[in-house]
Amino acid sequence: MLDNNRGVITGVNGNMLTVRFETQVTQNEVAYAVLGEKRLKSEVIRVRGNLADLQVFEDTRGLKVGGEIEFTDELLSVELGPGLLTKVYDGLQNPLNVLAEKTGFFLQRGVYADPLDAGSKWRFTPTAKPGERLRAGDSIGEVPEGIFKHRIMLPFSFQGFWELTYVAPEGEYTIKDVVAKAKNEKGDEREITMTQRWPVKIPITAYKEKMLPSEPMITQQRIIDSFFPVAKGGTFCTPGPFGAGKTVLQHALSRYAQADVVIVAACGERAGEVVEILREYPHLEDPRTGKTLIDRSIIICNTSSMPVAAREASIYTAVTLAEYYRQMGLHVLLLADSTSRWAQALREMSGRLEEIPGEEAFPAYIESVIASFYERAGYFRLNDGSLSSITIGGAVSPAGGNFEEPVTQSTLKVVGCFLGLSRDRANARRFPAIHPLDSWSKYPGIVPDEEMQFARSILRRGNEVHQMMKVVGEEGTNLDDFQIYLKSEFLDYVYLQQNTFDDVDGASDEPRQKETFSKVVAAMRTSFSFGTKDEARKFFQELRQLFIDWNYIATKDAKFAEMKAKIERKIKEKAPNA
Amino acid sequence: MRKVYNRIIQIAGNVITVEADDVAYGELAEVKSQRGISLAQVIRMLDKKVYLQVFAGSRGVCTGDEVRFLGSPMMVSSSANLLGRIFNGAGQPRDSRPSIRDDLVEIGGPSVNPAKRIIPRNMIRTGIPMIDVFNSLVESQKLPIFSVAGEPYNPLLARIAMQAEVDVIVLGGMGLKYDDYLFFRDVLDKHGALSRSVMFIHTASDPVVECLLVPDMALAVAEKYALEGKRILVLLSDMSNFSNALKEIAITMEQIPSNRGYPGDLYSQLASRYEKAVDFEGAGSITILAVTTMPGDDVTHPIPDNTGYITEGQFYLRNGRIEPFGSLSRLKQLVNDKTRGDHRAIMDTMIRLYAEYRETLEKQSMGFQMSNWDRKLLKYGKLFEKRMMDLAVNIPLEEALDLGWKTLAECFDKSETGVKSSLLEQFWPKG
Repeated sequence: MLDNNRGVITGVNGNMLTVRFETQVTQNEVAYAVLGEKRLKSEVIRVRGNLADLQVFEDTRGLKVGGEIEFTDELLSVELGPGLLTKVYDGLQNPLNVLAEKTGFFLQRGVYADPLDAGSKWRFTPTAKPGERLRAGDSIGEVPEGIFKHRIMLPFSFQGFWELTYVAPEGEYTIKDVVAKAKNEKGDEREITMTQRWPVKIPITAYKEKMLPSEPMITQQRIIDSFFPVAKGGTFCTPGPFGAGKTVLQHALSRYAQADVVIVAACGERAGEVVEILREYPHLEDPRTGKTLIDRSIIICNTSSMPVAAREASIYTAVTLAEYYRQMGLHVLLLADSTSRWAQALREMSGRLEEIPGEEAFPAYIESVIASFYERAGYFRLNDGSLSSITIGGAVSPAGGNFEEPVTQSTLKVVGCFLGLSRDRANARRFPAIHPLDSWSKYPGIVPDEEMQFARSILRRGNEVHQMMKVVGEEGTNLDDFQIYLKSEFLDYVYLQQNTFDDVDGASDEPRQKETFSKVVAAMRTSFSFGTKDEARKFFQELRQLFIDWNYIATKDAKFAEMKAKIERKIKEKAPNA
Repeated sequence: MRKVYNRIIQIAGNVITVEADDVAYGELAEVKSQRGISLAQVIRMLDKKVYLQVFAGSRGVCTGDEVRFLGSPMMVSSSANLLGRIFNGAGQPRDSRPSIRDDLVEIGGPSVNPAKRIIPRNMIRTGIPMIDVFNSLVESQKLPIFSVAGEPYNPLLARIAMQAEVDVIVLGGMGLKYDDYLFFRDVLDKHGALSRSVMFIHTASDPVVECLLVPDMALAVAEKYALEGKRILVLLSDMSNFSNALKEIAITMEQIPSNRGYPGDLYSQLASRYEKAVDFEGAGSITILAVTTMPGDDVTHPIPDNTGYITEGQFYLRNGRIEPFGSLSRLKQLVNDKTRGDHRAIMDTMIRLYAEYRETLEKQSMGFQMSNWDRKLLKYGKLFEKRMMDLAVNIPLEEALDLGWKTLAECFDKSETGVKSSLLEQFWPKG
């Protein structure tokens, strides 16, 4: 390390250092600030003359002017290889449980750990032979990782075509063992292990083409799948004021969404929320595979009290890991909670750099940074023809719950689905508090279009009647309009609302949603004959009760059909012709 | 011996600048002025220039005054002798007893490794139905009371503290009115809790910079005690004063403000304090109850807004009652399934019906005709306010749940409640 490029600290301002360097530095390269025995990781974020500004991923207390800096000449990178699944990392890909073994209860600064376990052995099966010409991302072999076949690929940093000169025979290898060798047209030969490093801020592009996302990703949340569907390879955002249930919704998605791999990036949010995932996922069964949820998950956890600069990196770390699993033909769901905290990290640093601020002091480039993050999602055809996707869902925490602020607005421009959470609905305990009139999605859904149009029109007209009733009162509303209002409330209660904390109601699969929805639509299409408004209200309350009970019965249960028949009888009560 | 500097080149707000060598970021210094000796902390360094935030304020500091660097960051004693003691925002005794310098710990220490946290599981019973039934408080939770000046937030804080079963109470007072300080001291004393309490009190008349240190000192002490296996309740009143002190310093340092003058890192600053709330695996816990006064009762103001995103819920205190709307305990789901089978159903149903009551009330005030349903709601709403919302009510959770069923049965038919039929069969009052 002696030949490393070095620098000297000339200024300290919070977690930003100004450093004088001698020879050359690279933008976004990693550097270490030396503090006694410790070396604090940092990243070059601006260069002016022979002064570089560095953001430090740690507390800077104790650093001095004149202190030493070591530059590494490597961009901020993650390590990719088998063993990433089930891991819990901080924003810089340090496994938190290893750090806990090293330093106990607290995260001591300057303590880092290898992302992957160098000792564990993986059963390698070659899929390519010496002599084959490969491009970056093409498979050389595979190892089993949980339920998946983890592809060992020609590293993404290899440019052009490479000819395999050696492939290891089937057997047990560690991630550092050489499993293949390849040489390029110029005759350079390189060794290939099961791991590779990739800079987080640069997208991996070893695929054939990016396609239009059109296949729905079932989340088992009725309001999403039926009303505001998310597509595999699509993007969505869930902005909402605090207390509107953003995190509960994200947790529900991470549990029930039908993706192969789920990456949760807890970015600048509460540690307690991550703990629930950390402690529960190893015990919760994934109904699709019979394994536990943690077997298909990676958790990137940079909570609000952890260093701010690492918060910025955590989002990139997460999306890079998503791209890596995408390269294996898997469908990956990335949930980022919350992108606003990430944007705030950018703002804090921008302020220290004394850049000219944009709206609400966010840097002027916030929009392009957000856009390029979401653009890393997509539905892909890989070089070998297999299909895979990255779906990105970002929670947004707008200041004051006001969607006009820059982060929400920049996000809305680039996502395909907007699930706006409303404080009013949350206050009225109507969960998930996704607003059925404000939200939108550009992706195709699972229920018949005509039925959906009808359901939306009921919601819209019900809302109009409700607004009108506030002015003219119930007595000024005619019975037909009143019935529409009751129908819209009925739809809201029995279909849009869903109890996440209930095992049955919390997850509603596609066939069940279709069945329930057609039943709800049938009920709404029926024109009931009521004598009075009180009679109408009472009827709908009773019908609602039956539907709610139905929602809590598992489809396998014999009572499921029983309750359905009961509902049909109930509808006939007030509509003999139906 | 550390070098002494006596040329201050800049005084702006409470920040002074000296030219010095070999100074560490975050280090403490003593500034000796005609008003006495004050501590100061390094908050920025650029070449030879060192910016210091003077705890006692810069008033009366002369450009020729002595600045002596101490070579260490801010520390606070964490010994057991702190119990029963009262300190000011600089960590000096306020109770005219000797100062304590043993078991020093650095304040503002590192964050807890999320992998070492455990899922909170113990409910803290308060005897207040609006908390126990509707928004249960949980050990290791961080929860602010959102309120406006004039509301009885400090008495509510004190009442919860007295009824909660914890080992040690640490009170951090920021910008506290002197009367409120005396109130807290007297309440703790009257209930015999003073001997298991530590108080860090910054009053409204103290230098503003000292306000910034109060939560860090209180939480550093709490953390040390919690690691020894104790269950700690930290009371912080009022975090709005803390935020305003942050704003003042940020403006002095010519930082670009983000929203209404507050610095862009307000969220991170608040989070690094609130996130000290923790349940340690194999040791004690820290629960934080704070007060955030909302300027102009505006919850979208940057202070309550950022706080709400950090804390695990909030209690709105308005007109002397805990508002059912907006008030939220995010951790209640972790405990309210273990209390009684009907807890969640009562919680959801009663609030939903109360929301409908509020709508009816609006309709009534506009002079609309009341339907049968409206009349039922009106009856219900009044009973709900009297039996559940009144802060004078002090009953255990189970009694409150029974009272909930009784109230529902007095006002509605079974099917009008929207509760699962199986629960209705079990809990609906007979006869």
